[in-house]
Amino acid sequence: MSATDIQDPNRRDFLYVATGMAAVVGAGAAAWPFIDQMRPDASTLALASVEVDVSSLTPGTSLVVKWRGKPVVVRNRTEQEMKDGEAVNLAELKDPLARNANLPADAPATDANRTMPGKEAWIVMVQVCTHLGCIPLGQEGEFGGWFCPCHGSTYDTAGRVRGGPAPENMSVPVFQFISDTKIRIG
Amino acid sequence: MSEGHSTYTPKTGIGRWVDARMPLPRLVYDSFVAYPVPRNLNYAWTFGGILALMLGAQILTGIVLAMHYAADSSLAFDSVEKIMRDVNSGWLLRYLHSNGASFFFVAVYIHIFRGLYYGSYKAPRELLWILGCIIYLLMMATGFMGYVLPWGQMSFWGATVITGFFSAIPLVGEWIQQLLLGGFAVDNPTLNRFFSLHYLLPFMIAGVVVLHIWALHVVGQSNPTGIEVKSKTDTVAFTPYATIKDAFGMLVFLFVFAYFVFYLPNFLGHPDNYVVADPLKTPAHIVPEWYFLPFYAILRAITFNIGPINSKLGGVLAMFGSIAVLFLVPWLDTSKVRSAVYRPWYKLFFWLFVIDAVLLGWLGSQPAEGSYVFMAQMATLFYFAFFLVVLPVLGLVETPRRLPNSITEAVLEKNKGGGGGHPARATAAAEIKG
Repeated sequence: MSATDIQDPNRRDFLYVATGMAAVVGAGAAAWPFIDQMRPDASTLALASVEVDVSSLTPGTSLVVKWRGKPVVVRNRTEQEMKDGEAVNLAELKDPLARNANLPADAPATDANRTMPGKEAWIVMVQVCTHLGCIPLGQEGEFGGWFCPCHGSTYDTAGRVRGGPAPENMSVPVFQFISDTKIRIG
Repeated sequence: MSEGHSTYTPKTGIGRWVDARMPLPRLVYDSFVAYPVPRNLNYAWTFGGILALMLGAQILTGIVLAMHYAADSSLAFDSVEKIMRDVNSGWLLRYLHSNGASFFFVAVYIHIFRGLYYGSYKAPRELLWILGCIIYLLMMATGFMGYVLPWGQMSFWGATVITGFFSAIPLVGEWIQQLLLGGFAVDNPTLNRFFSLHYLLPFMIAGVVVLHIWALHVVGQSNPTGIEVKSKTDTVAFTPYATIKDAFGMLVFLFVFAYFVFYLPNFLGHPDNYVVADPLKTPAHIVPEWYFLPFYAILRAITFNIGPINSKLGGVLAMFGSIAVLFLVPWLDTSKVRSAVYRPWYKLFFWLFVIDAVLLGWLGSQPAEGSYVFMAQMATLFYFAFFLVVLPVLGLVETPRRLPNSITEAVLEKNKGGGGGHPARATAAAEIKG
């Protein structure tokens, strides 16, 4: 064939591009199951909610339950702890957001926003340091809340980060009081 | 050096038959027998061979340990104890493997520091250096995942902290972390995939080692003077000279290794890893394996926000940056002279850097509080300053000492004092054996 017969772009160019595109899409589709299998599986996701009996908790005591492989602390706070938590000037906080899954994402980190309306004595939160995932120790550290032994982060009585490398307040999971003595987490 | 003519001549009929069809014996002969090496290599150059030996030993002990190990969170800890108590020679194989990992890192650190001291990364050896950095990264991943397998407290919490790094990445961090863990926290799926990858990665290391040696044999070895080989008198044959020197280096290294295996088998480990993993209780003081401590100190040194980057992401970036900067060393060093032997200022800063790296390692083992934090911040600053300021600036302002004209001249000059009257060749041979 002569040079004049070839239009630009010609049918061969189209075939090259179409084949190339099909190969890319095909490779992506073939790779996806190999990535997808690494995500949390159905049995892990199935353990997404637990119920806890909290009738034994008097003020000043707490218990820890395992939820999604992580410890969740339920604490019935003392009067003093609640007062300390309310007295904090919000401008001093390292993380100004409540990090409460039951509230809008931009709710400010007031003491009340870290708890449930009408149940302000109760703190329910994932007891995992927001730095690198260690378990902070309860009722320790200079703010009387939690202290992480790994890298020295301190939290106050409402679980808000006050010092150290942790960037965020400890998170409050979705939970509700299904009766006066029972909490459902998740 | 590699473009030299192959001198392999098969002596038997079978040898000639194989050579005409697949010349593997010729490749081995040209690479490990006739291959010319600079005549002035010192014992720092034996660590490449030692590393190859350790990789082989780790793969061997690892394969047999996998025959007795159970990668299930309810069985893993007990199966390791079973290896220690019930399996015939199991205690020895496990101590060889766990201490072998440590000594693998001892050797790789000496190997890396040797490269830094003698400027082995400079043109034309940039790719050789980068392949080495990739091997080092793969070693770190392998070592980390291997430490998780016994499912002790340090295994569990080390894995929690290190996979927590990924949650620092904005937007997709949490998704990536869950992808790595296979759940919301370290658990059985994590252990299973780490075992699978821990088995895979050493073979990937072996693959990159082949590329590393290939690149080495194209450009030839560097040497303590940093001067390229210019003539045949600058080199000796790999066998017997380098072979016997490497073998002696390996022997001494294995003596020290054996001392740890038999007399201090748990010295480099942590007692908390003999406590079974408990997801609800963090040990009082989490420390990684000793060979990660300098990077751990850098991670914890960033306790402040830098503009929009919070302290957590900042720490993770600094830690990964401290390794990433190694890849850039060939281009950060502006000096035309390779070896620190002829660079008085670089020599000083090199040893300060060694001290700094050891100091960071010590700080990584200490709790992150009080004056330790400030010291770690200063040491981190020097770590980065060494690569990003000292290396580029020194090459421009430093006056190097006079370089000898050739490797042969350097060797003869060094031996002039004691061995006057010897023929040049004999003196040089004595130096190589020495």
